[in-house]
Parts: sequence; C-alpha cells; structure tokens
Amino acid sequence: MSGFTTYLKSIKRSFKLKNFIMYFILAFVIILFGTLNSVTGLKRSTVTLLEQMSYSMIMALSLSLVVGFLGELSLGHAGFMSLGAFLGGYMQTYLYPSLTAGAPLLSLVLSMLIGGLIAAAFGFVIGLPALRLKGDYLAIVTLAFGEIVKVIFTNVKFYALDGRLLSTTVGVLKTGRYDQKSLFIIGFIVVLLTMIFIQNFIKSKHGNAVMAIRDNEIAARAMGVNVTFYKLLVFVISAFFAGLAGVLYSNASHNINAADFDYNYSINFLVMVVLGGMGNLNGSILAAALISFLNNKLQTILTGDMAGFKNLFYALILILIVIYNNAPKLRGFRAKYNLRNLFNFVKAKLTKLFTKKQPVPDPAAEVEYGADWDKIPTKIEMDALLSTDFTPDNTYVPDKADKPKEGGKE
Amino acid sequence: MEETDITLNDPSLPDDEKAIGNDIVLRTENLGISFGGLKAASDVNLTIYKGQLYGLIGPNGAGKTTIFNLLTGVYKPTFGRFYLCGEDLTGFSQMAINRKGVARTFQNIRLFNNMSVIKNVLVSLSHLPEYKNTFFDAVFRTPRHYKVEKAMRHRAKEILEIFGLLEERNGLASNLPYGKQRKLEIARALASNPKLLLLDEPAAGMNPQETEELMETIRFVRDKFDVTILLIEHDMKLVSGICEEITVLNFGQVLAQGQVKDVLADPEVIKAYLGG
Repeated sequence: MSGFTTYLKSIKRSFKLKNFIMYFILAFVIILFGTLNSVTGLKRSTVTLLEQMSYSMIMALSLSLVVGFLGELSLGHAGFMSLGAFLGGYMQTYLYPSLTAGAPLLSLVLSMLIGGLIAAAFGFVIGLPALRLKGDYLAIVTLAFGEIVKVIFTNVKFYALDGRLLSTTVGVLKTGRYDQKSLFIIGFIVVLLTMIFIQNFIKSKHGNAVMAIRDNEIAARAMGVNVTFYKLLVFVISAFFAGLAGVLYSNASHNINAADFDYNYSINFLVMVVLGGMGNLNGSILAAALISFLNNKLQTILTGDMAGFKNLFYALILILIVIYNNAPKLRGFRAKYNLRNLFNFVKAKLTKLFTKKQPVPDPAAEVEYGADWDKIPTKIEMDALLSTDFTPDNTYVPDKADKPKEGGKE
Repeated sequence: MEETDITLNDPSLPDDEKAIGNDIVLRTENLGISFGGLKAASDVNLTIYKGQLYGLIGPNGAGKTTIFNLLTGVYKPTFGRFYLCGEDLTGFSQMAINRKGVARTFQNIRLFNNMSVIKNVLVSLSHLPEYKNTFFDAVFRTPRHYKVEKAMRHRAKEILEIFGLLEERNGLASNLPYGKQRKLEIARALASNPKLLLLDEPAAGMNPQETEELMETIRFVRDKFDVTILLIEHDMKLVSGICEEITVLNFGQVLAQGQVKDVLADPEVIKAYLGG
C-alpha cells in the first residue's frame, strides 16, 4: 500500500502542465464530440474532418519522433501509412466476417496491430541504411522507399481468398469499414495512447539517448550510447504508428487508392511537424489539427482547375516557417512575437483575473526606505565618515541626508 | 594479467611506484595506425598506473588525438594492442570501450547542445547497471521508472554540484559560458564511472586564471573519483604543474618518456618544439 502511495506521489511530482495538457485536451475532445455525436448526431462532413484529424495527428506524432527527436529527415512516411492501409485493411476484410457479432471493434484493433507490425518490420528495414547514411542521403532513401511502395500497390490487384476480386480497378482496395459514426472516437483514443506512448518514451533515459544522437552522434557514441539500437528503435516505433494510422485511414475512406500515398502526402505530414516545432509533440498535434482542417476546407473551396493550388499552401507555410525560424533579420521579431510570450501574456492576464485584487497601497502612507540613492554618501563623505574617530562624545551626524533634494521627484 | 612488465623490475623507479606496479590501468603495446601509406602513430608504448596523472604532449600533428581515438575505439589500430586493467580492448567498438571504463572529452567541445545540462549528464549515466529502467518501464511508467529516475537525477545533481553547475542544470548546455562547457564535458565523462579519463586539451581557450582553476579541478577529480587521467595539453604550465609523467610524441612516434622534469630538459624534445 505504501508502495502505491509513493508511486502516486512520484507521478504527482513529475507532473508538468506542459506535458500533460495535451492529454486533457484530447480527452476533452473525445468526451465532447462523443456526447455530441450520441445526443444530436454530427454532420457527415464534421465526422470526416475529425477522422482525418485523428490519423493526421498519429502520423505527425510518429514523424515527429524521427524528424524532431532523432534528427533524420524522412520523406517517405506515407509509404509506411500505405503499407498499414493496404495490408492492415486487407487483413480486416478477412477478420471482420470471421469474427462473430460484436467483433467490429476487435477486428479493427487487431488489424491496426497487424498493420502497425507490418509497417514496423519495414521500418526496421529502412532503419538499416539509416545506420550508415545521414541527412540528405537518408532522406533520398526514404523518398525512394515511399515511391517503391506506391508503385507496387498501384500495380497490384487484390483478390479475396476465394479468388474473387476485391476491387475491379488496379491499385484500389475496398476495405472493411468500422461504424462510420464512431470511428473518430476510436481514432482520438488511439491518438491519446500514441501521445502517451511517445511522450513517455521521449521523457526517459531512452529518449535522452535518442536526443543525444541528434545533437552530437560522435559524443553520443563516446558516452556509450548504443547508436545502432536507438536508431533502429526509433524507426520501428515511428513506422508502427504510421501503419496504425494507415489502418484508420483505410477504415475512414473505405476505398483506398495507392496513388494517394505519394510524395506530396509525405510532405503534408512534414509540414505539420515543422509547423508544430521540431521536437515538440504538443505542437505537432495542434499543427496536424490545423493542417487537416485547412486541407478539408480547401478541398471544398478549391474545385476544378483550382484544386492544384492546395499544395501551394503547404509550400507557402513551409517557406514562411523556415524564414521565421532562421532569418537573422527577424531575430528581434522572433524574440518579441512567439508562442511562449503569448502564453505567458495569457497566463499573466488569467492569473490577474482569478486572483484577488490586492488593496492599492496609499502613496501617502508609503514608507520611505533607508536605501535611497540620495542618502548614500559620496566617496568624499564616506572617507570623512571613515576617518572620524567615534568616541562617546564625538558622534558624527550626517547632515546632508535629511535635507530634501532639489530637482527631485517630490 | 601479464606480470612480465619490465617496468616493474626497473631499479630506477621510486619505491612508491613499484608498490602500485600491480595496478596498471592502461598499457599499450606498439600501438599504431596507418592511413594508407601515412603512419599517423606507430610503436607507442604507454604504461599508466592507477591514480596517475599522465600527460601526452607534442607539436601539432604529432598524433596525440589519434592516440585518443585509438584508445576510445574511433579508429581500430592497425598495429599493436592495448589493455585496460589487463583486459585486451583492441578492436572493441566505442560503446563497448566506454562501458569497459574509458571516458573522454573532446578538443572542440561536443556537448548535446539542445539538451539541458542535467540531461547531458543523464545520457552518460544511462548505461550504468543502476540505471536499469527498461523500455517497458519507461513507456508504461512503472514504479521502478520513477524510483530509478529519481535516484539517477540525484546522482547527476551530485556530479553537477562538484563542478559548480548545479544552478544551471535546467538551462540548455549551449547557453553555458565557455569555461563551464568545458567543465560540463568533464562532468559528463565522469558520470559514466570510468577507470581511465582521457582529457583532450582541457585548457584550450582558457585564460591563465581559468587554467589555474582547471588544474585544481583535475587534481580534485582524480582524488575524489579515484580515476586515472591521461591528458593532452599544449599549456606547459599545466603539464608541468600537475602531470607526474609525460610522453612526448613527434611524427607519430614516442620521442621521450618519463618524469616531467627530465623529459622537458631533453634536447630532442626542445628541438621538436622549437624547431631547428
């Protein structure tokens, strides 16, 4: 029992608002939209948006682990998602009928695990060159990986076990579909679990080792960090969650097209990570919500020939962030206008609002402090002071201090 | 392990060093490496006893840092072997050598700049047997995670306090002033509980007063952590001030070896340093 209380205490001690606030926000979102959904029912477009947000958040978190914490650029993250979507979704078409009633949730969870594990296996394979390649070269490998996966799936026809075609079009798979109305709730619960998993991983000795590799690989090796292990581990974890997001995607869109998981889609997630701030999980989640919202709205606004402009926005956002973060001339601007200052400003205002107003001190009743600049003796006075012999009948009285100073404030 | 070390029977050695003769921390046997046709180091024989402060000096390009890189596993030696406390570590990886008990600092400071000061130390602590929370513990926040994490943070704080870095522990390592960054490097190296500490030009870029302070720190570290120190330095004041024995390298070969006074008076050494 006492062990349990100390455990609770240590959790309480490690509590930091910065780390936990996103859990509360996500829980709040789940409860709010869950109740709204069951009471009044949500619009179809809102549900779609929420689904998109949930898998984008998982993707942003998983990519943030590679880009923000390991410091390696991955341009093929949509490839992992594609693997999860196709293979996990494919498994689901078998699992769903083979399980009895009440099993859609179980089949979803199982297929998410399977999709995640398959993607994780490929993450391990991609992690292997990451041990020898760095920076741009590794980025090219991941880019190629994403394209390879895309090309393979665009040329594959999916057959069911009994030999019947699952989809007549090449590169398109009709997957199982979880209940339309509540998929987003499952999605957000998975986001919450992903967030907890990744945050706990990062804020431990393992996370320290990963960040040490990012900051200085040579020093990390010399300090006994197992660079090989941690690089592979990060790629595997990241790919696992990407595959899991892929299964959610396949459930949300029902008809998945391999050509959708292209280079632009990977860049889409990269923009989320960069916009959220490198190595900032909360930021990644918020940016994922924002970008998928923009994405959704732009899709409805920009139709026909204008549809191509959608990608322009990502490029613009990316360029603006890079300029904001790195331009030397904006240093002063950055120091003045940033989220931290905004947060502190809001916090100050809020504390002012919620704390009791202190009685305003009466200026007349203000006590004058001894340490006033007027009263501090000058060097000459000080010398005089020090040279005076203090005998009982020879006491030195500083005369200037009591005089009101002319030209002062009073 | 090998008891046939000739220095043990050397009559010229003072008695107290004979007494600690069994505690050889580092011994290299004809250690060397060649890059293509260039022999960056060859036939380097060092014997360093427990608790010794050993200096490695030489003109620029003499191969001092190469020796460090060989001893820490950055390069694999082409010739020769080296032993730590009798154990042959030739050909081990950097990670393995660090875990066997060799820690180093770098000539150009290599801290984990975007991490806090205390995390720099925690990284180095992370492979100690006491820091045993596994991946599972970390992700699921088991009671053991909190217990171990607290103990290790306490230990890191103790180490930081010794180096006067406790106040800055939550700041970024890159925000520390130069002298403190050097100190943090030493603190980080010591955190992994090494038997042998390699300091690569610890006084580089320091003013005389800071160097003085550093000398005190190095001596203190040696006594407090019970560690043997091998250091590369150009500052002769520091070398003659704290080192007990030195080896002079020139063009990758040992020029002179022995007590500081004798070596620095060696005409060959003077010639190598001043030219001519």
